[in-house]
Amino acid sequence: MQPNSNNQETSATMTEEQQSIDSGARPERGRTHAMDLNAITRKFGKVTLAEEQECFSVTDFNLYYGEKQALSDISMMIPKKRVTAFIGPSGCGKSTLLRCFNRMNDLIDSVRTTGEVRLHDLDIMDRAVNVAEIRRRVGMVFQKPNPFPKSIFENVAYGLRIQGVRERRKLDQVVEKSLRSAALWDEVKDRLDDNAMGLSGGQQQRLVIARAIAIEPEVLLLDEPASALDPISTLKIEELIYELKTDYTIIIVTHNMQQAARVSDYTAYMYLGKLIEFNDTNTLFTKPRTKMTEDYITGRYG
Amino acid sequence: MSSTGLPQHISKQFDNELEYIRSRVLSMGGLVEKQLTDALSALMESDIELGSAVLDTEYEVNAMEVSIDEECTQILARRQPAAGDLRLITAVIKTITDLERIGDEAERIANMAIDLAEKQGPKSYYIDIGSMGNYVRNMVHGALDAFARMDSKAALEIAGRDPGADAQYGAIVRQLITYMMEDPKNITSAMDTVWSARAMERIGDHARNICEYVIYFVEGKDVRHISLEEMEKEVKG
Repeated sequence: MQPNSNNQETSATMTEEQQSIDSGARPERGRTHAMDLNAITRKFGKVTLAEEQECFSVTDFNLYYGEKQALSDISMMIPKKRVTAFIGPSGCGKSTLLRCFNRMNDLIDSVRTTGEVRLHDLDIMDRAVNVAEIRRRVGMVFQKPNPFPKSIFENVAYGLRIQGVRERRKLDQVVEKSLRSAALWDEVKDRLDDNAMGLSGGQQQRLVIARAIAIEPEVLLLDEPASALDPISTLKIEELIYELKTDYTIIIVTHNMQQAARVSDYTAYMYLGKLIEFNDTNTLFTKPRTKMTEDYITGRYG
Repeated sequence: MSSTGLPQHISKQFDNELEYIRSRVLSMGGLVEKQLTDALSALMESDIELGSAVLDTEYEVNAMEVSIDEECTQILARRQPAAGDLRLITAVIKTITDLERIGDEAERIANMAIDLAEKQGPKSYYIDIGSMGNYVRNMVHGALDAFARMDSKAALEIAGRDPGADAQYGAIVRQLITYMMEDPKNITSAMDTVWSARAMERIGDHARNICEYVIYFVEGKDVRHISLEEMEKEVKG
């Protein structure tokens, strides 16, 4: 019976240690371990950005509101099926950047952009691209819940009806599935025909998320999704984000740094339209690369 | 600029809290250093009274450890520190554990001092144990100084002295074994001396640990359980 190599190593090290105790001097610490500690402790569960699959890639992207430049030279990769958070002080461009991912900035006349934003192989800034199609693939949820003044059921079924789905069974199915995914089903299943405006703020926000995922987008953009909610509803939304990332790529803008630290896998710190630092959340919140990031996340004067 | 080398927080109160914790760690360190100095003098000069005085201060060190720990927990709960602030709190929590252990070892030395003072035995080997005592006391002092100035280079230098303490321990043990072989009557007192040397060797390890926490705080790099050469690379790289 061959003993495993670890045991062999252990006994070898023990003998070595024994000898050095006999000769009086203790061995230098770090060499007494039978295993390579670097191998187990330094890397646990860590995946680097470079190893992730790509969802969006942004290259040399600039955005102007008229004369004023709001985003400068942004280049980054948004990983697939991960939660990416944008943080930064007001006016740093994080919401502007978020809105680029489904061309919401088109709604503002004076906006001009240069550079590329790609969703997989599609250059979404291309004038020829079908914007409705992009917005179907990239859903969005805003700070204030904005349900339609219709029943709960119709809110969720809305996207499908626009796509021309009439079949009641199909609609029932999708509505239930979406509400379940949004962790709202148990609370509303007995009153699907009630007006959505009668729900609480936290429920409305989850309803809006259910509406967004009913049309099965690839990406969810969340712009301050919990900032108008109480702490319990906020936690429910955060829990939902955690569950949704198994199916969707999620990008979230938040003013609440602790929230970014809690929910995201990757965090981007932006300041004055520039991407200052983009890293995995664990590293960014324990050992940021730049002093600017450090000052911001620890609440210091810059 | 605050003493951590970073600009001040928007919350002045947070600055004060962190500064207060740092100063508490340093006064705990001062107390432990004094315990060690007194324990060493008690050993060298067979001073029973001084030895007992060391034992009397134990509760003070323990109480400080508990209260600093509690203050750190409160900061974690109320401020949710990040980055350098978080590393500072982590480093403090670990540093005070090692300081408390240094205090324990100092008490052990004081106990041996009391025992040995009552016994007759050869004292010639005391020169070596005295110089080893000074050696580790300087390590503790240097580690606390590196902590106070948040100086990772100084911490690296102090950590590098630990093998020296280990080697001295080995030499003292060999020497005492010779004494014991010469005359078995020496065994009791020689064994006590071995325990004192062992305590000093442990103090060197704890001082090195504190240096590692300083490096973690300053550089954000975890340098535990790696060789000194690797540690040097991490700090200078």
